[in-house]
Amino acid sequence: MGETPHRSADAGTGGTRVTQSHEWPAGASARVAEAPVSARTPGGNGLGGGGALPRNRKFGAERAFHGLTLAAGAMVLVIIVAIAAFLIAKAIPALRANTANFWTFEGWFPNDNPPTFGIGALAFGTVLSAALALLMAVPVAMGIALYLSHYAPRRLGNSLGFLIDLLAAVPSVVFGLWGRDYLIGPVTDLSGWLNKYFSWIPIFGGEGPYGNSILLGSLVLAIMVLPIITSLTREVFLQTPTANEEAAIALGATRWEMLRTAVLPYGRPGIIAAVMLGLGRALGETIALALTLGSTYAISFNVLESGGNTIAANIANRFAEANDTGRGALIASGLVLFAITLVVNIIARAIIYRRREFTESAA
Amino acid sequence: MSTTVTSHRPRPPAQPETLRARRLPAYAAPAVAVAALALSAVIVYGAGIGGPVLVIVLGAVLYLVGLFAASNAVEGRRSARNRTWSALIHSAFVLAVVPLASVVWTLVSKGTERLDGNFFQTSMNNIGARDPNGGAYHAIVGTLEQVGIATLITVPLGILCAIYIVEYGRGRFAFAIRFFVDVMTGIPSIVTGLFVLAFWVLIVSPWFNDGRPGFSGFAAALALSVLMLPTIVRSTEEMLRLVPPPLREGAYALGVPKWKTILRVVLPTALPGIVTGVMLSIARAAGETAPVLLVAGGGAAINFNPFENNQSSLALYVYQQAGEASKYSPARAWTAALTLVALVLILTIAAKLLARRNRLSR
Amino acid sequence: MAKRVEASNVTAYYGGFKAIENINLTVEPKTVTALIGPSGCGKSTFLRSINRMHEVLPGARVEGSLTIDDQDIYDRDVDVTAVRRMIGMVFQRPNPFPTMSIFENVVAGLKLNGVRKKSILDEAAEKALRSANLWDEVKDRLGKPGAGLSGGQQQRLCIARTIAVEPQVVLMDEPCSALDPISTLAIEDLMFQLKDKFTIIIVTHNMQQAARVSDRTAFFSIEKTGDPGRLIEYDNTQKIFSNPSVKKTEDYITGRFG
Repeated sequence: MGETPHRSADAGTGGTRVTQSHEWPAGASARVAEAPVSARTPGGNGLGGGGALPRNRKFGAERAFHGLTLAAGAMVLVIIVAIAAFLIAKAIPALRANTANFWTFEGWFPNDNPPTFGIGALAFGTVLSAALALLMAVPVAMGIALYLSHYAPRRLGNSLGFLIDLLAAVPSVVFGLWGRDYLIGPVTDLSGWLNKYFSWIPIFGGEGPYGNSILLGSLVLAIMVLPIITSLTREVFLQTPTANEEAAIALGATRWEMLRTAVLPYGRPGIIAAVMLGLGRALGETIALALTLGSTYAISFNVLESGGNTIAANIANRFAEANDTGRGALIASGLVLFAITLVVNIIARAIIYRRREFTESAA
Repeated sequence: MSTTVTSHRPRPPAQPETLRARRLPAYAAPAVAVAALALSAVIVYGAGIGGPVLVIVLGAVLYLVGLFAASNAVEGRRSARNRTWSALIHSAFVLAVVPLASVVWTLVSKGTERLDGNFFQTSMNNIGARDPNGGAYHAIVGTLEQVGIATLITVPLGILCAIYIVEYGRGRFAFAIRFFVDVMTGIPSIVTGLFVLAFWVLIVSPWFNDGRPGFSGFAAALALSVLMLPTIVRSTEEMLRLVPPPLREGAYALGVPKWKTILRVVLPTALPGIVTGVMLSIARAAGETAPVLLVAGGGAAINFNPFENNQSSLALYVYQQAGEASKYSPARAWTAALTLVALVLILTIAAKLLARRNRLSR
Repeated sequence: MAKRVEASNVTAYYGGFKAIENINLTVEPKTVTALIGPSGCGKSTFLRSINRMHEVLPGARVEGSLTIDDQDIYDRDVDVTAVRRMIGMVFQRPNPFPTMSIFENVVAGLKLNGVRKKSILDEAAEKALRSANLWDEVKDRLGKPGAGLSGGQQQRLCIARTIAVEPQVVLMDEPCSALDPISTLAIEDLMFQLKDKFTIIIVTHNMQQAARVSDRTAFFSIEKTGDPGRLIEYDNTQKIFSNPSVKKTEDYITGRFG
């Protein structure tokens, strides 16, 4: 199926499949390698010659290469630690200077004297918009992925799947621009309508104005992560072994029952990974939200009224005017975002690794 | 004639008495659809609560309910579920096509407005709010240089890291590296931007920049490489694992040392797949705005030197033009967006075509 | 719990390619019938048309009539899923659902049919596993993944999953080709017991196996690659293996061809 590499390259599904079926080369070949390495002929002369076996050299090309790859591997850990360390180093002076409560204060005035700023509203907006976006995008994405993998004629499914893969590569700034210039019209109308008939539901309350709201932001986010999640889950669904699908069909399952018995359970780790990747993108999305949200600093569940803000959008919007403390404050908010995404990611990985164990102890 | 639901009978639990089942006629689904739309129109216009969009939305909901009810009455619950889910899955597809098609349509129709020679030959230097001209030459230069440098940094590092994980790494340390590569894929791009801002722009570069923060294209390249690294490691790792073990064992059996085997046998075999992964990560990096916004400075003039002074990039240019008040800037923004998308898509399509021809893919 | 299967003029296609042509044969209840023949002769295709699994592949279709106790399974208002519930199938490679435990695998078919009561499921699972000669080996680890069993056990698990819904006919598509000799023997023993309750049709490449387990044997063959498979001879197994009436069958059985 020729599509293998890009899934990995689109990153972060956690290689759910690969390690299932290919865990052997690493261990096996590593063990195989011991013997020839230690019995190697030094210098290259006397190939297969008699005499005692040459000794293992302490400093050879083998060790140098091993060391080089080890250093590259360690680099990953170094970078992660460095990210945390440098962000903390730059955030602390600003946090010290802050005269308001960093967690609860609803406002962002780090350039004033004395500086006051708080993360509460931003973190709230980040989580709210990302959650809403996923709530809208995930069911639709799963539906499209199932359509492409199991309902559409194969050729149509493949070409549409290719199209979706391409849409997944479209930069977020394009979605942001589209949301700000075009989606805002329909969303304003929809907001007015929702407010007119459903204002008794608190999230649809308020007086307006509508438009640059959490609703618009999370819709743009949803449309942005939709191709990403679709592309990954389609790949996952396509990998369901035909034997399992046939087993379900032979038991007299309808198409939907076959999907529920064979395809969805098999793909669960991959689905979780895809959703988490989408969540990561939504939480960290900067430009699309900087272009569409109304930038206010209040904690409010109202999704219709102009307003809303996220950590990332706030960084983009306030960076240009920031002085030294201002930058520190933005870095401090970035640290919080880093922590949120780290926690989400680690939880997701833990789920995937645990899930994988069940299916893998099988194989 | 009985339907096939026999669940209430204890034994035999699953066997139908007859193979025949009552079926909804072929015209049932369209009939339900028409009825649902009509009912929806009556409700919406009768109560005066909306326009044609609401008619369609409400009609779709009524259609699903009606289809389930009809199928449940005639064919039984299992078939009703099957039909309803199938309809839901199809409607998810239709639902998504509308906005995505709108994005593509807008991009193409607005983006071609300024698609002229001037756009690709001039920068925004000395372009005021009333000037209809101005282009993205400086931004294209910036994108190419930044992405190029990031690729030069990341590709060797990423491939070596993947080799360590696949060929040498064992135990907790290798597991930790794998785990954190996974975690790293989830780091938001703005955070990598802040990291390079704190580390390079504000702390390291002032040493050789007279104490001033050194915003530059190189700083943007650093931030992009932090983003590209996990992607490249992951895809390379998968490709290396796909290299069949007999290939390595054959080389070992000839007495070829391990490092040589890896460089001469394993890497060349996995190369097409690795290149695919690299190209996709480049495409992703080229579209990033946030890190460039924070560390490159984003000048309006052409600057070929990535190590000194501000640079822009295509993505950043789109964002900046989107924020301008000039009536000419939206056209510039859309044309730059179209250029950016074209660049990204060419890379992506090339990568996918390469992947299709890859011998190693499963 | 067993029914007669009757095929008349069955022809099956993959797109434009005709895989089998004009197959006529009757399988009596509570017997084991073996389908043998060289590779590509269409015996698996014929088997898959009996429970309408053939048409699952895109572009595949079947002509002619196939009846089960005089009900045509290709009739227009026949419910395909009911056909497949009545005619169970065991595949070439063991294919337990990888995400399900042993217990869940066995009762998967019952759950599809809306059986939810734990006591019924427990009882049915034990009965099916006992019938598949697997109960003693797995009764202490019903909650473990089904894919954790050995190949032979997995195949018996798949048989248990198939017979748990108590079908009338059980189709087996080379059920032992992926198994070692001991597991093969276990499955063959099982077939012998199962024919008390079910009509069994088995495709096999292994002629000794056909001779050991089946009552009747059907020999399929093709003229040359690209031609449709035809039924050459269908008779009692003993007759086929000792005194076949067609020269081609004899050549195949004695190893002179195919």
